Amino acid sequence: MHVDALIAPLLNGSAQGALLLLAALGLSLTFGQMGVINMAHGEFLMIGAFAAYLVQQVITASDLSIPVALPVAFVVAGLFGLLLEVTIIQWMYRRPLDTLLVTVGVGLILQQAALQIFPSQGVPVEKPGWLDGQLNILGYEWPLRQLFTILLATVCVAALSAWLKYTSFGRRIRATVHNRDLAETSGISTRTVDRLTFFTGSGLAGVAGVAASLIGGTNSQMGAQYIIPAFLVVAAGGIGQLKGTIIAAWAVGVALSYFAYWTTGSLAQVLAFILVIVFLQLRPQGLFTVRTRSLA
Amino acid sequence: MTKPWISLSGIGAFAVLLLGVAPFVLTDHWLNNLGKYCCWAIAAVGIGLAWGRGGMLVMGQGVFFALGAYSMAMHLTLETAGDRIPGFMVLYDPLAPLPAFWEPFRSAGFTLLAIVVLPVVLAGVLGYALFKRRVKGAYFAILTQALAVALAILISSTIRETGGDTGLSDFKYFFGYVLNDPANKLMVYLIAAGLLVVCLLAVWQLYRSRFGELLVATRDAEERVRFLGYDPANVKLVAFVVSALMASIGGAMFVPIVGIITPAEIGAAASIMMIAGVAFGGRASLFGPALGAMAVGWGQSSLGSTWPEGWTYILGLLFVVVILFLPNGLSSLPARIAAARRKPDPQPTPAAPAAAVLEEVRS
Amino acid sequence: MTGTSLVVTDLCVEFSGFVAVGGVSFDAHPGEVRFLIGPNGAGKTTCIDAITGLVKGTGSAKLGEKELLGRQVHRIVRLGVGRTFQTASVFDELTVLQNLDIAAGRHRSSTSLLRSRRGTDPSIELALEETGLTGELATPAGILSHGQKQWLEIAMLLVQDAKVLLLDEPVAGMSQDERTATGELLQRIAAKRIVVVVEHDMDFMRRYATRVTVLHQGRVLSQGTVAEVQADPRVQEVYLGTADAMTEG
Ligand SMILES: Nc1ncnc2c1ncn2[C@@H]1O[C@H](COP(=O)(O)OP(=O)(O)OP(=O)(O)O)[C@@H](O)[C@H]1O
Ligand SMILES: [Mg+2]
Repeated sequence: MHVDALIAPLLNGSAQGALLLLAALGLSLTFGQMGVINMAHGEFLMIGAFAAYLVQQVITASDLSIPVALPVAFVVAGLFGLLLEVTIIQWMYRRPLDTLLVTVGVGLILQQAALQIFPSQGVPVEKPGWLDGQLNILGYEWPLRQLFTILLATVCVAALSAWLKYTSFGRRIRATVHNRDLAETSGISTRTVDRLTFFTGSGLAGVAGVAASLIGGTNSQMGAQYIIPAFLVVAAGGIGQLKGTIIAAWAVGVALSYFAYWTTGSLAQVLAFILVIVFLQLRPQGLFTVRTRSLA
Repeated sequence: MTKPWISLSGIGAFAVLLLGVAPFVLTDHWLNNLGKYCCWAIAAVGIGLAWGRGGMLVMGQGVFFALGAYSMAMHLTLETAGDRIPGFMVLYDPLAPLPAFWEPFRSAGFTLLAIVVLPVVLAGVLGYALFKRRVKGAYFAILTQALAVALAILISSTIRETGGDTGLSDFKYFFGYVLNDPANKLMVYLIAAGLLVVCLLAVWQLYRSRFGELLVATRDAEERVRFLGYDPANVKLVAFVVSALMASIGGAMFVPIVGIITPAEIGAAASIMMIAGVAFGGRASLFGPALGAMAVGWGQSSLGSTWPEGWTYILGLLFVVVILFLPNGLSSLPARIAAARRKPDPQPTPAAPAAAVLEEVRS
Repeated sequence: MTGTSLVVTDLCVEFSGFVAVGGVSFDAHPGEVRFLIGPNGAGKTTCIDAITGLVKGTGSAKLGEKELLGRQVHRIVRLGVGRTFQTASVFDELTVLQNLDIAAGRHRSSTSLLRSRRGTDPSIELALEETGLTGELATPAGILSHGQKQWLEIAMLLVQDAKVLLLDEPVAGMSQDERTATGELLQRIAAKRIVVVVEHDMDFMRRYATRVTVLHQGRVLSQGTVAEVQADPRVQEVYLGTADAMTEG
């Protein structure tokens, strides 16, 4: 009993952390690798959730619809991201703070559009039957829903890092991040790289949206509540550091659920925010840093 | 710097319009609305100082707005309740005493002091910690926004202590004056409008002072300023604290004018709306932030209630269009048109100044 | 105070394992124009960065009795150490006068900061004259020519009343006439101050250097007068590609 009280939030928090990680993963790509602060990232997450809902309108069997919805949400949110990059962000690479504000505006527009297209109270996304129930690991009952989020986050992280490491496109992204001018002169089209990076980052938000739709409500406001925590996670992890993002997301998730266990849900959020801010105070560069020579 | 008298007479004309003309030509309803816009404008003037001149994108001014607003609201609530416990608290727990932190707000003097001191202390501590650690740019923006989100959540969830989402309202008295009385309403409006003029005068002097030049220099090339023997953290801190103070003053006057304060008025969305006005009017100009905030405030309270869908789209588009095409807001339009007339083929925007490049690579 | 010297002993700078500067010692005194030369990546800029507190260094850099290493950038500046950057960095949006005024401002009280400027400080007028920028008083620094920007930077150091001037490639990109003017300016300034110049231009070095320190791969390769350094076979080896530049005319 005594131990349970300490373990239960840990399990729950790991799942929360996984969801946060999914939301932050795309950001760590666009913010970390490209330096673009996309405040509409939360709305891309929302788009992913609505995509899951729409897929369910076509494929009514929820057992099947969610596996289909994941790639669909990735592509749909990714395309929205691509559109944003092509129409707006590509003109603003030298003005990061202004990019932040422009994407705030884009986020507002997307939210309002969702509010008008879909019922204002939100839409229900059916949970597949195979997510009900629990799995017994080490004597604790893990809700399958939580395990699924953790699994999904793990798969996404693995896929992303493999993609960055082993594919030629991934290598080009890293080369561009390292030294844009050099990459350009060695024949890499940095424009294509930028677009693909942005597509992938936004697509990951879509995947996060599907996961979020299975846990909370799907409505026009859902993205807004993820954006700030996701940014804090990326910042705390260290810019462009996948490893750091993972640890930070997990830590924040677990902290949130312990705080919620001891106090209330909303106070937990406040405490978690303060925790991250204090942490960034101690380590402004985040958990991990890369040192580069920037002044040639 | 070259023509101080033009700006000064601009402020004079503005003051005459707000204080001399508006009370006679506007209905009570619109005068009250104008008073509300003045409160947002006061906060906006501060944002112009911190963001426009200082380069610090303050996305959480709602926090300081809240400090002023809730200080004032607590005082007015207690004044209305008299010796009794405020009504909304009784609803949740009739027997519990008044929360301890409410007690000092019975005193008018303490309340006024709190409106000034609380934002100065919080911004001072926060700014000192962040600027000394060289937190800037997007990090600073996100952190300040996170604070606004956190505070709004905190207030929403502490229903008995702060009124929660329904906020604090139903104030009957304002430092002894009956708020319902039209004459007193006019007085409250005049105070708000007068404070706006004072704030404009304050930033006018700041902008033309050596400090103003130093602030711009710090914005454009922080590292370079360091190599002149200044600590840029201190320069930014002053601007940040002044802007927090102005937000608090705006918040404090908002309460008697609007008659209610809720977390929605101070959270992330509200903080972003304050930025919208400043961006629209022209972040670095003297009048831009105030006028922009009044325009956006007008849109928010008229369009926002009659045509809410449309208003959100307009607000979103305003961010996109203004920031993308007119980064210095409407106030830069005349100069741009003049420049376009002079040379028909507009030069591409110059590359970032060398000093700024240095800044970028060194940080 | 003409006796105060800059003495750098065993300066080391490491970037996560990579030794950019590995035990450099040199000294510079008022009255001489001290040159720091070396091929690209030799660690010249890094030396200056370490002395001015921009990067962490070990060893010692003393101005008179005062240790510079370990202090914050702005505190080192307040001790009288000023520098310029490889890329000219002035405040482009401000006028020449405003640039200089800010540079002169660190001695001012905070109340005077809140007032607007009336008139021009005598020290500013002097610096303007010295650098030949008097005519450009009201010009925005952003539209100055490259050479003028470098002079403005030097003028800023003068009004700042720096005892030590560390100049990173001040004549890069200048015309021949501008180089001559700059060289003469440096010699005038050096009469009362410590002047350390980082340069690639050998011709410029030969004309104006009093003493030279040659760096190579983070270490001092050779040290002495221009003639001594030029005669050093190790220096010639390092400068093989540019050997002509070393020996010619
Ligand atoms: N911040 C840094 N991080 C990593 N390496 C660095 C950093 N700063 C300098 N270096 C390395 O230290 C070495 C010395 O650089 P430095 O800029 O001092 O050379 P330099 O002599 O000024 O060259 P140049 O003549 O090209 O200006 C170089 O190899 C450089 O790559
Ligand atoms: Mg160099």
